[in-house]
Amino acid sequence: MSTTRQQILILHLHDPDLESRTVAWALYDSTIPKGQLQMNTGDSNEPPYESVLDAMRDGWNVIQLPVMPIFRTGFEHEQGHLPYEYVLERKVTIQ
Amino acid sequence: MSNVEKQHLLTAKQMAEFAANGFLKLDEIVPKELNDAAYKEQREYTGPGGQYWNESKVIREIFELPQVKGAIQSFVGRSPIYDHSFMHIVRAKHLKGQFYHADSVIDTRPFGFDIQAFYFSHDAPDEMGPTLVLPGSHLRKVSNGSIARYKNIIGQQRMVSKAGSIGFLHHGIWHCAQPNFTDETRYVFKLRLRPGQEQRSLFNTDDYDSPEVRDIIKKAQHRWCGDEARVNQIQIAKFWRYLCGDDKVDASFEGALSRMGI
Repeated sequence: MSTTRQQILILHLHDPDLESRTVAWALYDSTIPKGQLQMNTGDSNEPPYESVLDAMRDGWNVIQLPVMPIFRTGFEHEQGHLPYEYVLERKVTIQ
Repeated sequence: MSNVEKQHLLTAKQMAEFAANGFLKLDEIVPKELNDAAYKEQREYTGPGGQYWNESKVIREIFELPQVKGAIQSFVGRSPIYDHSFMHIVRAKHLKGQFYHADSVIDTRPFGFDIQAFYFSHDAPDEMGPTLVLPGSHLRKVSNGSIARYKNIIGQQRMVSKAGSIGFLHHGIWHCAQPNFTDETRYVFKLRLRPGQEQRSLFNTDDYDSPEVRDIIKKAQHRWCGDEARVNQIQIAKFWRYLCGDDKVDASFEGALSRMGI
C-alpha cells in the first residue's frame, strides 16, 4: 500500500475569476522533512502558475474558494488581507 | 526640539514617493567615516540589540546629521518621541527568511504614523538579504503576523543598499528579514520614532500639488492589490492630503475624493 503526503498551494488572484492572474503565492509541502527549508519569503518573483485554472490543469485540486468581500457603509475604502485567496491541494506518493 | 534648515527637509516629490510606497530610501546620506566607525562597532558589540542606541556615540552622531534630522523632522516633526530601537543581525549563511509581518500591533490612527529608520553601515547587496518590503501595503489593516501565511507577493523589493543608506519605513508596511547567503554578518540598525505633533505640512511643501508630484500619487496603483488597486490608491490619496495639510488636494483615481465629496 502506498503512502501519500499533502502539499498545499495558496494562490491569491487579482479578482474572483479563477482565470485571473496570480498576485501572491505560498507552498507548504509535507514531503520536505522537518528542519529543512520550505518555500521562503522573497525567494521568487514569478508565481508558479499564472492562475488557479492553470494550477488545476497541472493536477492541483481546489479545496477552498474565498468568500466574496462585504463592503460596509462607512468602511468602503478600508483594506486588509489579500481577498481572493485559493487553497489548493495535491497528494504526493512517497513510497 | 530641533528645527533644521529647509534645504534638509524632504521635498514634495520624496514625500509623495513615501506616501505612495510606504517607504523612502535615502542612498548614501551618511559619510564613509561614520559608516566605517559604526560597522566596526557593530561587529564588536556584544550587548543586547535593544541597548545599542543607548551605548553608541557613533549611532547618535549619525542621527544628529542635518540631512538625517531633516528627513526625520519631515516625517514626525520637531519633537519626535523615542519608541524603541534594535540592532538587527542576520548571521552569515542564515538561510531562513523571516515571516511577513507589520511591526508592533494593529494601529488605530487613521493616518498618523510612526517612522522606522533602517540604517545600513555597510553595503547590503541582494544576496545578503536586506529587508524585504511590499510597496503600497502600509495603509492596510493587518495585525503583526496575521500576514505570515504569505510567502511571495508580486512587486516585493529587498532594500538593496550601499553603506550609509537609510530606509525610512511607515510602521504599517509589510516586511520581513531575508536570508543571508554570504559569509558576512548583515547588520541593520532600526530606530522607531513617534510623532510629537500632527504630521501635516512637515516636509518642504513647495510644489506639492504640481503635475509631477500629483502624478506620483496618481500612479500608485500597485499590481499586487489586484482588483483593489484603485481603492488602495484612494487610501494613498487620502494619506497624501493628510501629509500635505490640505484637505482639498485630490490625486485620487478619477478624482473619486472630489466626486464623492470626501
